[in-house]
Amino acid sequence: MSRANVTNSTKANGVPPVPVAIREPIQWLGLALVVPSFVLIGFFFLLPLLMTVWMSFFDWPLLGKSHFIGLGNYVELIGETQLWHSLGFTALYTVLVSIALFAVSFPLALLVDKPLRAAGIFRTVYFMPVVIGFGAASTLWLWLLNPDSGVFARLLLDLGLVGSAPRPLENFWPTLGVVILMVVWKSAGFSMVILLTGLQSIPNELIEAAKIDGANAWSRFRRITVPLMRNSILLVLVLNVTSSMLAFDQFFIITQGGPQNSTISAVFSIFLASFTSYRLGYGAALSLVLLVVLVAISSVQLAFLRTRPEES
Amino acid sequence: MANTNPDRDSTPWKTFALYVAWILAAIFFLAPIVWSVANSFKPAAAALADPVSLFSQTFSLENYRRLEGVGAGWTTYAANSVMIALGTVALTIAVAVPAGYGFSKFRFPGQTALFIVAMATLMIPFQSILTPLFLVLNFLKLQNSLLGLVLIYATFQLPFSIFMMRNAFDAVPKALIEAARIDGASQWTILRRIMMPIALPGVATVALFAFLNSWNEFLAALIFISDQNKFTLPIMLVNVSSGIYGIIDWGALQAGVTVTMIPCLVLFLLLQRYYVRGLTAGAVK
Repeated sequence: MSRANVTNSTKANGVPPVPVAIREPIQWLGLALVVPSFVLIGFFFLLPLLMTVWMSFFDWPLLGKSHFIGLGNYVELIGETQLWHSLGFTALYTVLVSIALFAVSFPLALLVDKPLRAAGIFRTVYFMPVVIGFGAASTLWLWLLNPDSGVFARLLLDLGLVGSAPRPLENFWPTLGVVILMVVWKSAGFSMVILLTGLQSIPNELIEAAKIDGANAWSRFRRITVPLMRNSILLVLVLNVTSSMLAFDQFFIITQGGPQNSTISAVFSIFLASFTSYRLGYGAALSLVLLVVLVAISSVQLAFLRTRPEES
Repeated sequence: MANTNPDRDSTPWKTFALYVAWILAAIFFLAPIVWSVANSFKPAAAALADPVSLFSQTFSLENYRRLEGVGAGWTTYAANSVMIALGTVALTIAVAVPAGYGFSKFRFPGQTALFIVAMATLMIPFQSILTPLFLVLNFLKLQNSLLGLVLIYATFQLPFSIFMMRNAFDAVPKALIEAARIDGASQWTILRRIMMPIALPGVATVALFAFLNSWNEFLAALIFISDQNKFTLPIMLVNVSSGIYGIIDWGALQAGVTVTMIPCLVLFLLLQRYYVRGLTAGAVK
């Protein structure tokens, strides 16, 4: 088919400036080119997406017959306290980690937004943990945090800051704190780069003009920099919130859901339902709830920040 | 504030403070990586006695040798990870480059709708469709197979990759294509001689992201692979970190972390330009 198109268009090219030769290439070839990608998307995205909805109405064990139970999974889901606890925990984690990431990456972006060669080098250094996977990063931090063999305990003991090796993973808040610290270490560079593109898109003349008008650094920052960066700030928030809602690796590896199942994230609970208890229908119902929550959050965030005109 | 010097704010003290801030932040981001690599080369006793120091009396590869004794051995797992990553890169490019070309340079019915469907994959994370994906792979007899993982990883690379490639092909000026066509170039020649050289950086970006994301992916590999000869590096790490009879071999774990993260860091440092291009493509969208 593509062969035919090629000969067609070359034939039309025999006469130089005829408008036919300048028209768009043959239409169906374009469709043929995108079809392979939609075979993949159809099989491994659209089909499973529809199956999620379908399966959520079934009692669907891994082996044996599945049978229709209507809204049974959803009724059970509403009554399960562990689920509400894990959704609440995921929300708490998301809020805290997004704030922490922003609080670290914004100053970092300002710090490396300098027309110096060294700034570029430090930018690269701060970004390096981003390309390490969450799996490897989590195991690395599991070791750093270990009270007997890890670096942190030894470092704090040697500096005389603590009397005995801290065991952060034994209580809820210290656990959450160290996981957030690890995520900030791993991901702050990513937010930094996006904020940096926002910073660099602000025309220099604008800042210079404000300086001449006598605006001090703080008011230049508040009145010019922040409003003009709204799009990148929005993007960073949306990306951080949606990826934090899906957190799994760090809790599976570092906290293993503990202490006392207090750090089981939403994806973790889907994992447990589907692949530890092998209740696939119930897992599908959980997935659907998570999916709706995620799409709702992204839309609300986008709408909220889009409809806010230049006030303040 | 002191605005006596409005055009330049580079007093020596400010420069000094800037460097101090730069270096402190660099220590925060680099130290965990450096500690891990350093400890992977220490003998067990030295690592236990002093995990903080960067060098020990003796340089040792014993951790890497012990890691070879874990399950099928770390070289097997590294080979699996390499195959999965390269497979994902190949499939993603093979599918996304034509698709990006099709979306950019052709007009066909349903084009906008299809593009929106492809981008919707970005909104819905694969974590939320894991359960049925498991059944789809079972149905295709691809459970416990590296090919199954490659298919899933490539699918979820597609939205970003198609978007990147469409933009890359959009950057080829129409006038250039028309001039070539008037000179008698065939469709194939235009693609090979004009389109590809301009779109090649986009391909590099797509390949780099496909490699890193599939190399680092954890959850799908954890669920879909149960045969221990087919584990990837991240799964090996979890097995080492959960320990044998409750005892964790921290030295072997550091060796594992090192072999898992070093390829990513090297690729990033070499191809940084293409990585940042991918990030900013998302940012200006």
